[in-house]
Amino acid sequence: MKEKIITHIQKYMVIVILIVLMIFFSILAPNFFAVNNFFTILRQVSMIGILSVGGAFIMISGGIDLSLGVQMGLSGIIAAKLMVNYGVPIAAACMLGLLATTLVGFLNGVIITTTNMQPLIATLGMMNIVKGINYIITDGLPIYGIPSRITVLGQGHIGPVPVPSIVMVITFCLGGFLLNKTYLGRYFYALGSNEEAARLTGLNTKKIRIFAYTIGGVLGGIAGLVLMARVNSAQPMSGWGNEMDVITACVVGGVSAAGGEGKMSGVIAGVLIMGVLSNGMAVLGLGEYHQVVVKGVVLILAVGFDCMQRIWGAKVKRIEV
Amino acid sequence: MSDVFLELSHITKYYPGVKALNDVSVELKKGEVHALVGENGAGKSTLIKILAGAVEPNGGEIILNGKHYEKMTPQSAKELGVEVIYQEFNLMPSLSVAENIFCGSYMGNGVIISRKKMEQEAERILRDMGLFISPGVLVKNLSVAYMQVVEIAKAISRNAEILVMDEPTAPLTNAEVEILFQVIGRLKEKGVTIIYISHRLNEIFQIADRITVLRDGNKIASHNTVDVSRKQLIYEMVGREITETYPTRNNSVGETILQLKNVTGNGVRNISFEVHKGEILGLAGLVGAGRTETIRMLFGADPKVSGQFLLNGKEISPKSPKEAVEHGILLIPEDRKRQGVILNLPIYMNITLPILPKISKFTVINKKLEKKMVDQQQAALRIKTPTLQQLVKNLSGGNQQKVVLAKWLVCQGQVLIFDEPTRGIDVGAKQEIYGLMNELCEQGMAIIMISSEMEEVIGMSDRIVVLSEGIQTAVLDRADFNQETILHHASGHH
Repeated sequence: MKEKIITHIQKYMVIVILIVLMIFFSILAPNFFAVNNFFTILRQVSMIGILSVGGAFIMISGGIDLSLGVQMGLSGIIAAKLMVNYGVPIAAACMLGLLATTLVGFLNGVIITTTNMQPLIATLGMMNIVKGINYIITDGLPIYGIPSRITVLGQGHIGPVPVPSIVMVITFCLGGFLLNKTYLGRYFYALGSNEEAARLTGLNTKKIRIFAYTIGGVLGGIAGLVLMARVNSAQPMSGWGNEMDVITACVVGGVSAAGGEGKMSGVIAGVLIMGVLSNGMAVLGLGEYHQVVVKGVVLILAVGFDCMQRIWGAKVKRIEV
Repeated sequence: MSDVFLELSHITKYYPGVKALNDVSVELKKGEVHALVGENGAGKSTLIKILAGAVEPNGGEIILNGKHYEKMTPQSAKELGVEVIYQEFNLMPSLSVAENIFCGSYMGNGVIISRKKMEQEAERILRDMGLFISPGVLVKNLSVAYMQVVEIAKAISRNAEILVMDEPTAPLTNAEVEILFQVIGRLKEKGVTIIYISHRLNEIFQIADRITVLRDGNKIASHNTVDVSRKQLIYEMVGREITETYPTRNNSVGETILQLKNVTGNGVRNISFEVHKGEILGLAGLVGAGRTETIRMLFGADPKVSGQFLLNGKEISPKSPKEAVEHGILLIPEDRKRQGVILNLPIYMNITLPILPKISKFTVINKKLEKKMVDQQQAALRIKTPTLQQLVKNLSGGNQQKVVLAKWLVCQGQVLIFDEPTRGIDVGAKQEIYGLMNELCEQGMAIIMISSEMEEVIGMSDRIVVLSEGIQTAVLDRADFNQETILHHASGHH
């Protein structure tokens, strides 16, 4: 009974928060509630949205990836460097950028499964490695002069809808499909809930974990190409700190930081909440610095709620004896 | 009665939609061992939690030493000398015995701990209990039985007057149970009142002075142990006649399916035995004899050093559980909640987990087929649940065990290994599990069963292999089954 109430609260909480935030900003900032602004929000959240799908896979399977942010930087930087400095065709350059982040994700998985290292530490190390590589490739300077054909990916519209948002929606759909309809998704949940039981059921748990991180890398790469196309350049520091946005969006959307739980619909809501927050604060005139503080607060609130709900859940369970 | 020390008087506890305890009264005398028996869900744990202050009652009172209390809190219960030893130990593995015993009340001057003083005092407490454990040893290096002893010593060091033990013998072997009973005897002499919860009736008849039976939240009766028969007790617990004998089966033992030849590694040496189609092979021995260790090598969970596994005459060497499962060797592990089921996933997801690729096309699961298979298993195993979407954590132990079994039955294996198949499962559900094992056996499945319950091994097996300290000491046929012989071999005699 009590458990039911808790799951109901949890189920609709994100939607309620999203609506409350929108009402809040609409009242305070008159130019917030406009169709144009909504498309702006959709475009702004695209990269984090794409990344969050990868983040969600990794977290549902019981891991975490701090290198997702800088992976986004890496694919754009490699693609831009190849296109601009070496005249490599656009498609090939993008593929190579994508390949690089896929490899980074794969390595994350291999390191974690072979050494049994804490994912937090392993990907923290990887984050710094990739950060460094991004500096080395760019020599610390932005790469400009991206061919205009690729910028459609970041700046174009189909009707009123921004192309990056379309990429994001497609990613959400594929992500939801993978989680709900395929056994790979089922494996993620099993692994995140109880790795030992999954292993003793005959699953190749290492392979599944590596797979989750590798997909994370692929999505990090795609998000990076979109970002590069959108800002018309590759910045050495792009993606810094975005791993926090990803983790926050996932946890706000009900992906458990402890693994085994989470839904794509929740992740979408989480991404939108983060987008509305940033946009709303910007419209209100709160600067970047304030936004960082608010995002930190949101992360703590969301994880705190997740943990406390776990305590309540445990109490309910203990009572049942 | 004048010598009543603790009285739980007319205790009532409601949970939304559930009546956990209904006007239950129990009287305890100083220095007695009082057993609480009943099936899972009878209300034993709730009663204990009320006594320990973990749960507030809706009605009734607790009378301790003539003083009336409406309820307890965890602090007040401790102050009044009520200590509970739960099934999961509350020990810190990387600290020493002495540090664990005095955890929270370290001795010394101010903030400086006097290790020597603590160790001396710990040794005294342990000696009083009739045991000699070096107080400097780290708890992680102790056997389960001694860990339990440390838990008890911890309670004693806090001057426990009422000691509640919840299934204390579940993880212990027969020899270790004797140690525990000695300790309980000592505590009794010192006037400690003990509330003893167990599913094992033999032990209760051996150790308890009085027995209180609970069923569905009601107190059914309290007896002096000497005045009650086993049969009557079971009748009161279950509410109906139940045959406690092991169900008979009509199995015909077929050809050899699995052979172990001189298997060595993981703490065991030169294990050699055969398993036939349609038989139950019991693996007997004390904890630490190497039974689970042998099985884990066979299941690919731990590596073997030398020796061979022959399946249908062909050598196999599974390097992971995945490979073992592919060979049709399936394990129902000892620690159901941690290794058998995935508690936070629904029943149907647990059941189809091992065969998902087989019921999928291009990785997309055929949900119709999945539902059909799961429904079939629910019907065959009589899994009791309103819906298969239910999370496994909400099921009883018996039904969880059925989920593990169902998971393997959809795989159509050749050898099914049960490690402690009925641990923590109540009398009624036990019978069902035995019945299912027999059905499988009759259908020609080869079953290996590890069990620390002697009666279970004798009652269920066609043959028994006895291990002791990593060595195989006997292979017994049904005609040679008896408790003394098995114990003789289990304690190391060939």
